[in-house]
Amino acid sequence: MYLGIVKGTVVAERKASGLEGAKILLVQPVDEHQQPTGDLQAAIDTVQAGPGDLVYLVGSREAALALDHALGSSFVPVDAAVVGIVDGVATS
Amino acid sequence: MRCCRVVGPLWAAVKHPAFARQTLLVVQPLDEHGKDAGASFVAIDRAQAGIGDKVIVLTEGNGVRQILQQGDQVPIRSAIVGIVDRVDIDAVENA
Repeated sequence: MYLGIVKGTVVAERKASGLEGAKILLVQPVDEHQQPTGDLQAAIDTVQAGPGDLVYLVGSREAALALDHALGSSFVPVDAAVVGIVDGVATS
Repeated sequence: MRCCRVVGPLWAAVKHPAFARQTLLVVQPLDEHGKDAGASFVAIDRAQAGIGDKVIVLTEGNGVRQILQQGDQVPIRSAIVGIVDRVDIDAVENA
């Protein structure tokens, strides 16, 4: 899993089956100091996150498992999912 | 698995139900000399790790699901599974 900051929402009317009703967010992966690490990515939202939120995401196959819970379908073609809204990070 | 240093805990009130009652920690991957290597990431704690501890982090979802035993729909990829006491690399370096 990794941290990210929500930059915006992606609107896509035509989507692959399994993605119906899914909210897609544009997320900038960041480190614990909220400095960008890598490129912007599109991720499915499972926790009603909004622009500006610091969130944590899960990638790869586990992202599909996260959305499976949210939508109740058997499989969804996603590789990144927002699974938590971060309230704080303590750094040493 | 990766060898990492625990940076610190992370709090999240709103999260996927699979993360309920799991401690979340930010971890920083390390190289064989204990220096930072690559971007930090988030892992659940299954070894009672503390800030600054050097830990072993499982970074594969199937292994995590076997540890958690909460079924096969758990969207968690990384878990701290051990606390490192010592890393010996001298023998390799001097070979």
